[in-house]
Amino acid sequence: MIPTLAQSLTQTQDEIPSLSDIFETITLRSGFNTNAVIIAATLLGIAAGIIGAFALLRKRSLTADALSHATLPGIAGAFLIASALGYAGRSLPILLIGATISGIIGVGFIHLILTKTRLKEDAAIGIVLSVFFGIGVVLLSVVQSTASSGAAGLNHFIYGQTAAMLTQDAITMGIIAIIAILIALIAMKEITAVCFNESFASVIGISAGVIDALILSLIVLVTVAGLQAVGLILIVAMLIIPPAAARFWTDRTKRLVILSAVIGALSGFVGSSMSALLPRKPAGAVIVLSAGCVFIISMLIAPRRGIIAQFIRNAQLKLRIAIDHTLEHKYAHPEKVQRSSLPLRIILRFKGFTNSLADSSSLTESGLRRGRRVRRNHMLWEQYLITQADIAPSHVDWSVDLVEHVLDEDLIHRLEHEIRASGLELEEVAR
Amino acid sequence: MSASSTTTDPAPRSALDARPEHSADNPLSVHAMTVAYHRKPVLWDVDYDAPPGSLVAIVGPNGAGKSTFIKACLGLIPSAAGTVEFWGKPYARARSKIGYVPQRETVDWDFPVSALDVVCMGLYRKIGWFKPVRRVHRDAAMESLAKMGLADYAHRQIAQLSGGQQQRVFLARALVQNADLYFMDEPFAGVDAATEAAIIDVLRELRSQGKTVIVVHHDLQTVPTYFDHAMLLNMRIVAVGPVGEVFTNANLHKTYGGRLTLLAEASEAVARAGKHKNPSKKSQSSSPTK
Repeated sequence: MIPTLAQSLTQTQDEIPSLSDIFETITLRSGFNTNAVIIAATLLGIAAGIIGAFALLRKRSLTADALSHATLPGIAGAFLIASALGYAGRSLPILLIGATISGIIGVGFIHLILTKTRLKEDAAIGIVLSVFFGIGVVLLSVVQSTASSGAAGLNHFIYGQTAAMLTQDAITMGIIAIIAILIALIAMKEITAVCFNESFASVIGISAGVIDALILSLIVLVTVAGLQAVGLILIVAMLIIPPAAARFWTDRTKRLVILSAVIGALSGFVGSSMSALLPRKPAGAVIVLSAGCVFIISMLIAPRRGIIAQFIRNAQLKLRIAIDHTLEHKYAHPEKVQRSSLPLRIILRFKGFTNSLADSSSLTESGLRRGRRVRRNHMLWEQYLITQADIAPSHVDWSVDLVEHVLDEDLIHRLEHEIRASGLELEEVAR
Repeated sequence: MSASSTTTDPAPRSALDARPEHSADNPLSVHAMTVAYHRKPVLWDVDYDAPPGSLVAIVGPNGAGKSTFIKACLGLIPSAAGTVEFWGKPYARARSKIGYVPQRETVDWDFPVSALDVVCMGLYRKIGWFKPVRRVHRDAAMESLAKMGLADYAHRQIAQLSGGQQQRVFLARALVQNADLYFMDEPFAGVDAATEAAIIDVLRELRSQGKTVIVVHHDLQTVPTYFDHAMLLNMRIVAVGPVGEVFTNANLHKTYGGRLTLLAEASEAVARAGKHKNPSKKSQSSSPTK
């Protein structure tokens, strides 16, 4: 079983392109049509990156998924109607208009379900996505059983196929992408305001309804532009993955949008170039996989928000807590010997807090200072929790080190006073 | 929204005509406002005229319609009936003179913006559609942040601020709007003592400039010290007027019904009004006694 599968895979494999072919393709020297497709796919990547960033911020990414699936009945329907009326059904503008109309009808149905029933958004999206896709598949089979050879290309709209794209198709796609980019950039300020705080935006006259309609129109433009190259199943990935990857690297909207556009452009460029070199590989999937690689790398190595950075931060925090506890204990009860792990003892010694590696080691001057400080801050926190916690029950960073940053000086003085008044000793720490 | 309800429903209009006291000087005039969610009314026939240059507290139990009242005034939710006017004009024509501080919980604080970005949003109306934020605007926003004691935090992402600081960012955004009438939805909820003091300073400064601030407030104990006027609300207006006149035991009883534990505390607070220094939070929901 396995060998046959492997064999069948090798048979469909493309020849590995030569280095000079690769170089020619990525430097846009391998023919006008290929270049047009690559440039258009890159523009599409930029458009999807920018608009995807807004969809992400507005939490509308999955609506885009339903929309793209809902374009299929429109594509097949437009073909059937145009053919019946005697036009060339395969004409791209006609198909894209059909896709737009049925995509919007699909989103309309989501809206209808949400406003007129008690169903929630996930169910509404799931229903519309699958039902419209089902209708599309049925219509497609009708097309294939009745129509002439001109119908064959319609399948490409599902998975995407840049190799079959004509130059004028690429130009159409590029122009739609540019329009979407321009609109998104012009309205960025207003879109951001609504995404962040809908009610405030409404109060200052930026209607959420208008902006949502705008975002939706932009998603329609990107989806329709990308149908041929990426396909309706995977186009949503171009809207979701680049901004999600970009979010790991920045916490400013403008940078998020730029970075998302760059990642989208890169994926579009790499994917369409590879598809030009290896014509059997579906461009859509390769574009999405390129973006996926960027996402995984971002998720792992991004500073601050990345998984590795978070892991390191947690480990550091744990270590600091362990150090603080040990020092506090040694400071408060110098006569008691507390067992701790060898690595911790090594670190304490290395940092100059203890005099030897033994569990019974006494503290150095700096160890005593640190222990005193930790002890004092712990007492302050305890007093704070007892007497003041009802003032700010939430949003308090419990890290001992931060006591001076979280509580204002006035309150610390009051806490100190209360602790002394209750007869406890409070260590003096120079601030 | 309010304007359209005038035309579709003739009843409030005639009632409005019959009110001689209805004045263009009042920053806010609400007449016969009724609001319903899913056909269940949450606000009944509310009439209210806010006096200029005053701090107004809206108090009432949970579900009394306090936030709903503010949102309906601002056209954020539709009114089933009634009119809302600002200085005698509909909302759409008074927009530039109205500021708003929504509840802190209504936004995603992980959103990728800095404190300064958020405050700049208060100027978006002045800046105009599709026009960029310029240095003048950023300077104005910065000034407003500094006023709230947040100058050092301007370039932090908002998730890295404490709850109180986030609330002050919202205040700063409202201040930069430079409005004449402010609506604030629970600005004191869950904030630290320093923030509470900063907010009340701002409220008093606004009042001294002749502006009106309408605040949804949870803490009955601080109403007499912080506010001039109070609106006691429980689906309908129970009492409204100067705090000294309306903040009585009887009115509080009518507003809060049988929640006796709370009432005892509240009347105690009224008695002690002014002397109280360090108020603690007591929410209405924490008093289940009937």
